[in-house]
Amino acid sequence: MGLLFEVKRGAVHDGPGWRTTAFFKGCPLSCPWCHNPEGISSEKEIWFVASRCVGCQNCVSVCPRGVPAPAAGQLGPAYGSACTVCGRCVDGCPVGSRAIVGMERTAEQLVQELARDRAFFARSGGGVTISGGEPLSQLDFLLEVLSACRKAGLNTALDTSGYAPRRDFLQAAALCDLVLFDLKHLDESRHEETTGVPLTPILENLHALDEEGANLWIRYPLIPGFNDDQSTLSRLADLVLRLRSKPLVCLLPYHRAGQEKYARLGRSDPMGDTEAPGETSVENVATRLANSGLMVRIGG
Amino acid sequence: MRERIKCLREQSLSAQPSVSAERAVLMTRFYKENAGKYPPAVLRGLAFRHLCAHKELYIGPRELLVGERGPVPKACPTFPELTCHTMEDLRTLAGRERTSYYVPDEVYEVYDSEVIPYWRGRSLRDRMWEGLTPAWLQAYQAGVFTEFMEQRAPGHTAADDKPFRLGLEDLRVQIGHKIEELDWERDRSAPGKLFQLRGMDLAAQAAMLWAWRHADMAEAMAEEEGDPERRAELKRIAANCRRVPARAPQDFWEALQAYWFHHLAVITELNGWDAFSPGHLDQHLEPFYQRDISAGNLSREGAKELLSCLWIKFNNQPAPPKVGVTAAESGTYNDFVNINLGGLRADGSDGTGDVSELILEVADELRLLQPQVNLQVSRRTPDSLLESACRVVVHGHGFPAFFNADMVVGQLLRQGKTLEDARRGGTSGCVESGAFGKEAYILSGYLNLPKLLELTLFDGTDPLTGSKCGPSTGDPGTFSSFDELMAAWGGQLEHALAVKFHGNALVQHLYATDMPAPYLSLLIEDCIVDGTDYNAGGARYDTTYVQGVGVGTLTDSLSALREHVFHRGTVEMRDVLAALADDFRGREPLRQFLVNRTPRYGNDDHRADELMKDAFEKLFRMVDEKPAPRGGTYRINMLPTTSHIYFGAKTGATPDGRRAGKPLSEGISPVQGADRHGPTAVMRSAAMMDHAKTGGTLLNMKFAPEVIAGVEGTRRLAALVRAYFDLGGHHVQFNVVGAEVLRAAQARPEEHRGLLVRVAGYSDFFCDLSRELQDEIISRTELGRVS
Repeated sequence: MGLLFEVKRGAVHDGPGWRTTAFFKGCPLSCPWCHNPEGISSEKEIWFVASRCVGCQNCVSVCPRGVPAPAAGQLGPAYGSACTVCGRCVDGCPVGSRAIVGMERTAEQLVQELARDRAFFARSGGGVTISGGEPLSQLDFLLEVLSACRKAGLNTALDTSGYAPRRDFLQAAALCDLVLFDLKHLDESRHEETTGVPLTPILENLHALDEEGANLWIRYPLIPGFNDDQSTLSRLADLVLRLRSKPLVCLLPYHRAGQEKYARLGRSDPMGDTEAPGETSVENVATRLANSGLMVRIGG
Repeated sequence: MRERIKCLREQSLSAQPSVSAERAVLMTRFYKENAGKYPPAVLRGLAFRHLCAHKELYIGPRELLVGERGPVPKACPTFPELTCHTMEDLRTLAGRERTSYYVPDEVYEVYDSEVIPYWRGRSLRDRMWEGLTPAWLQAYQAGVFTEFMEQRAPGHTAADDKPFRLGLEDLRVQIGHKIEELDWERDRSAPGKLFQLRGMDLAAQAAMLWAWRHADMAEAMAEEEGDPERRAELKRIAANCRRVPARAPQDFWEALQAYWFHHLAVITELNGWDAFSPGHLDQHLEPFYQRDISAGNLSREGAKELLSCLWIKFNNQPAPPKVGVTAAESGTYNDFVNINLGGLRADGSDGTGDVSELILEVADELRLLQPQVNLQVSRRTPDSLLESACRVVVHGHGFPAFFNADMVVGQLLRQGKTLEDARRGGTSGCVESGAFGKEAYILSGYLNLPKLLELTLFDGTDPLTGSKCGPSTGDPGTFSSFDELMAAWGGQLEHALAVKFHGNALVQHLYATDMPAPYLSLLIEDCIVDGTDYNAGGARYDTTYVQGVGVGTLTDSLSALREHVFHRGTVEMRDVLAALADDFRGREPLRQFLVNRTPRYGNDDHRADELMKDAFEKLFRMVDEKPAPRGGTYRINMLPTTSHIYFGAKTGATPDGRRAGKPLSEGISPVQGADRHGPTAVMRSAAMMDHAKTGGTLLNMKFAPEVIAGVEGTRRLAALVRAYFDLGGHHVQFNVVGAEVLRAAQARPEEHRGLLVRVAGYSDFFCDLSRELQDEIISRTELGRVS
């Protein structure tokens, strides 16, 4: 049994062609720009869409612990420890403003769901992408899903931070047709202080994977003021150029779409008012990287 | 784009559609003199010849193809023998906010003094009521169904290669033989056939005369012309008109001019629906093109210029002015000419040629309202053509639409066409499958499927008007199972169809007896062979369609009732009924609950999709194979044009949480905004319908441009089309435009007049649409945007 927070069909940013992406819940990293904050915790959470709320207070009256409803204008559900995520408020909400983020699936159930768009995968060279969160944090489930996909003839991509024990990582990667490897920064200390995990094991995994001759794309979130400076970008270029597989580099410019999600989880957005980078500045970065010999694409 | 085309295009775009009384006056005077002297077919042949002999001609500066239906581009004739507009109608046409027509003073004057006094009581629309029952009238007024033939003739067909292969002289020879062969001893219908064939012969003469008058005019203009280049062009035009359509065209230019005269003749003789269509134009033109190119008589650019001239000619002919319900169900200047590209040849091979790409380029460059262009995608269609078409889609003008050519063949085979006739068939109008050149496939009216549920819920009474326009099928409060509800809906459906069929028989009988179409009959097999008019069943295949509308709204409404009332028991039927009667006033939580907690069509959710299938199959079983007018057969298809807006206005609140008066879902698309799992889920839901049992379905999708931009985006779109067709889909079309652009256009129409969007089976200028339709298009789920 695994814990997911979404199965997104018709995805076009997670690998080639039309894809169905399974988002695993739980991640050892804590990147402040994360646009899927509901993927960080490995517990179920309550999700509240304030714009749908009609203020009927039904959620309060059905709550066995009497957790107060969020007041108008207040940030999301300030539940704290009182809430056990029992889900009664979700069922009790007439307008569907509340949901539980986090759904359990057996590998069989999940693969059945992932296989639904087979016709579209076949025509577009698409397939299944396992993303998160960090899929490797549910290793056994991940291996089970990947094996089942392989058996079902589904093309698979693994979107990962690369932060996992070497053996686990290579074992999962070996079951995939493509690895989307996320790199956040090339400086050890900046990486650790921002994401909460060290860079070295990630880079070691990357090199090990490259040695195996895997099909690899690098995904690089372009975060203003964090990793978009000349020297960091040069280090990225140097690193990628040394890789044998000459991977495609996908630049994923920071965007503000995650902000709404933080509100729905009742958290404040750690990025505050950081502006998304302009189109021209993203294109400049892409051009610079391309000029240094990389294959670059803007977007997934 | 060449300078000539820029000029002609600009002229076509800037000309205001207007009403011309020329045809009405010529017909009035002809009928005053001749009505009653001849059998109907002969009378119609003579009337058409009278028109062709006397109507004003137009040869515009720089034109290479000639001929206009009105005295000038975009001037629309009227057809008082079918619908005699009242003074009020004329004022409405001139004054309404959308799709208005300029009505010059002299039109009002001559209508008042001559046209109305003669035709009032004589026009077909005035005589239609004889025999129609109160039940028909009640259902019609309640918005249960519409009637296609109350203002316009049947039409609804397309040409095969006949206009490109034969001349009218050839057809006259055939007619002559046929008359000689009439069996006066045994065939009791011989006299009728004689008159029909004479009518056709007169109609052929008429069109030849019309072309020759153009030849005379072009020659006279050439004499006067100072510019030697233009003089040569005019001489060539004269030579073309001298030859075609009397004889078969010899080259590319003549082929286009020949088709154009046929087209004009069909749309001038009567105002048949969907004008007329050259069908597989690329396939018809390919041999002319290849011959001219290899002989060095034509360049690729020259061919494009001539094609562009044809495109502009199409655009110069707005739909004949419609009023009342007909204007509401089909509120557009577009007259639904739909040109097929690609597809299959009769031997099953791929129909793609150089002209296919050429036409795509022309359509993309000109961006005109008409004609529509669609790509018939078969398993054999090369990816290169499909991707070219997808690149045009990305430009965001709503075309071309995509059709599953293999499915079209399958549909036509199921209906009993031969394999060759099926492969030569394709799509005309919005999404209608037909055996080109051999079939009358007549849309008879839209059927409001959610309205029938409304009647079910109110035991046969229309809650909006109190009119009892359905049978009593029981108080839904007493239904103990969902099956009982479905059975009651089936009862309403059966009744509505019986009433509609009765009306169809009467209305179409009038066309068969009084309003033959001898010219169209020349072009459609086997009218000559059988000596029978197109409107009387002369076509080789004869189909009458009932078009189901609002299947998404119906499905979601059924799903809400099944899930909450019958399955879970969380909501009482009485509460739902009370809320519907009151348009959910004071019951917003219930409405939200129904909207958000119901399994909905368009999400690849079997709970909803199975209901869609059930309802669809019920409709299919009650219509398909039933005997239809003209000795034909009833079939269903699933398209709305703009009737989902009209029907929405006529339908109260529905159990899916839709408020009273709001649009219904269109085509087989999900309810606007109900699809929440992306385009692949929508397509899988839509493919749950058995498209092979229809004569066309319509699926609309809207994409934000970034989703399908670039090389990869194009491929992605192409793959989406292929996969939908693999799953058994019939048609899909895409709007590629951001909602913010549409909103801006709504706020400042003057800055966005040129914004074309896909409406239903056609594109229209966004700013010409009603506010409700604009809102509806904005609210159709914009797929793929980060939310």
